[in-house]
Amino acid sequence: MYYFIKRIISSIPILIGITIITFFIMHITPGKPTDSITDMNMKVTAEAKERLQQLYGLDKPFYVQYADWLKRLVVFDFGNSFKDSRSARDKIFERLPATILLNVLSLFFICLISIPLGIYCAIKKDSFADKSITILLFISYSVPSFWLALMFMILFGVQLGWLPISGLVSFDFDTMNIFEKIFDITKHLILPVAVSVIVSLASLSRYTRSGMLEVLKQDYIKTAYAKGLTEKQVIFKHALKNTLLPMITIIGLSIPGLIGGSFIFETIFSYPGIGRLGYEAVMARDYPIVMGIATLTAILTLLGNIIADILYTYADPRIKYK
Amino acid sequence: MKNVLIKLLKNKFALTGLTVITLLIVVALFAPVISPYTPSEQNVFERLQSPSINHIFGTDDLGRDVFTRMIFGARISLAVGFISVFIILVIGTFLGIISGYYGGKIDYIIMRFTDIVLCFPTFFLIILVIAFIEPNIYNVMIVIGVTSWPGLARLVRAEVLSLKEREFILVSKMMAISNIKIFFVHILPNIISPLMVYSSLAIGGAILTESALSFLGLGVQPPMPSWGQILTSGKDYIYMAWWLSLFPGIAILVTVLAFNLVGEAIRDIFDPKEENIK
Repeated sequence: MYYFIKRIISSIPILIGITIITFFIMHITPGKPTDSITDMNMKVTAEAKERLQQLYGLDKPFYVQYADWLKRLVVFDFGNSFKDSRSARDKIFERLPATILLNVLSLFFICLISIPLGIYCAIKKDSFADKSITILLFISYSVPSFWLALMFMILFGVQLGWLPISGLVSFDFDTMNIFEKIFDITKHLILPVAVSVIVSLASLSRYTRSGMLEVLKQDYIKTAYAKGLTEKQVIFKHALKNTLLPMITIIGLSIPGLIGGSFIFETIFSYPGIGRLGYEAVMARDYPIVMGIATLTAILTLLGNIIADILYTYADPRIKYK
Repeated sequence: MKNVLIKLLKNKFALTGLTVITLLIVVALFAPVISPYTPSEQNVFERLQSPSINHIFGTDDLGRDVFTRMIFGARISLAVGFISVFIILVIGTFLGIISGYYGGKIDYIIMRFTDIVLCFPTFFLIILVIAFIEPNIYNVMIVIGVTSWPGLARLVRAEVLSLKEREFILVSKMMAISNIKIFFVHILPNIISPLMVYSSLAIGGAILTESALSFLGLGVQPPMPSWGQILTSGKDYIYMAWWLSLFPGIAILVTVLAFNLVGEAIRDIFDPKEENIK
């Protein structure tokens, strides 16, 4: 518990840094958000432009704007979207569940596939199977995710017509009963989740493999074998647990990568999550939305790392953080 | 260093990777000689033709030869890969050495800054910056470089932390050799192997990022040909022109794979743990 509090306190400077960086990026960049309203309209006078900037508080000095923004940030009030004047918080939060669903599912399948794969490769080190899997993992690691998405869309969506290629629900979603709804969402999720899982498989299985190899060299494994335990018993009872411990941290560290990937998958699959919202907002210079998403994803990442650290200390009593 | 090269050439994966990379460099250098057409030559009568003898990878929506555009696209991918990774190397190594060597407050500030940058999904950070400055090839290189260094800075710092306790560094310090000289003569040569592994993998990563950016319209701008950009036109015609999506994707995959294979092979060669097993 003491550690928990200390860990939270030590992340406060990072949190403040996150907000400063987000704010800084938004303001060093040329082009005012009001441009998108005024540029298209020939009748807008310079005076009207100024009034509009005043309305959004863009005429105030940098640090005043930052302080204003920070005050409201505490309650996740990111301001109103410039696009449709809806609260940025509402727009982000209504998209957040879809992104979390996508990423949690991906993470679940990544663990489900890559950990056994890594263990298998470690046990069968240097065999034909190990080498083939290694090559396949290298390919999956090198494949451009957006291209894989495109190929899957062509193959399963266009050619075979098995799966829908965009969105999260069908047009007639409202008329469906509960089972049809679940089935519909599942169908829409298969392609994005599959792409996300395939491109992220490699690192976790490589880590599992090398971790397992490391553990298998330890004395207690030799002891276990010497006691006359079968290979199965040694691997699953003694080696596995110690291999999986460091994975907690690695999974925690992979969260920003997954969320970063969401920006690509969601845009390609027209998936209604914060990734696509963020991309659209960036393109439209919708400051409140962009800053909201940047802050929120950074906070989520920070939180993920803290949880991973805490779980790790809990799971491995040998580790004691000062 | 010579030994490393010999070992690399003996490693099947590394040899494949190096061959592909060499081929790509040759293709990129001699692009105008090799390519059958010019990359921006349009021909409205030959729009969206499927692969044939005249156009082995087909033509795009403006009737341009896809094979030619891909050859010129290799230039973009390699340039972005090498230059952005060079920027990452400069920033990451510098901050890592300073942080590890001096320790204390400097270390604390640099590492917290690194933590902060690491909290943002790198790809989001990149599109964030690119969207607000003019998207072009130079900005893409710079932005990839200045947003992707934190991992390297941490790696270098860890190496330096263990190096600076070693006798030769301690003796150098006692002999009042300047810090700059210690950095360049004693520290840098000793961290060259992790730097090589990192660079090789990072080049692959940078090429992927560039193609993703160009795909989203935030990278290299038309009419300059880039693999990611050819894929974008492929996206608009997925129902009728599969070749626009297939070939550039394979090109990216093969290139990135080549750099990853080489990186992994260098890691194997330098990793003392692996050698113990053998």
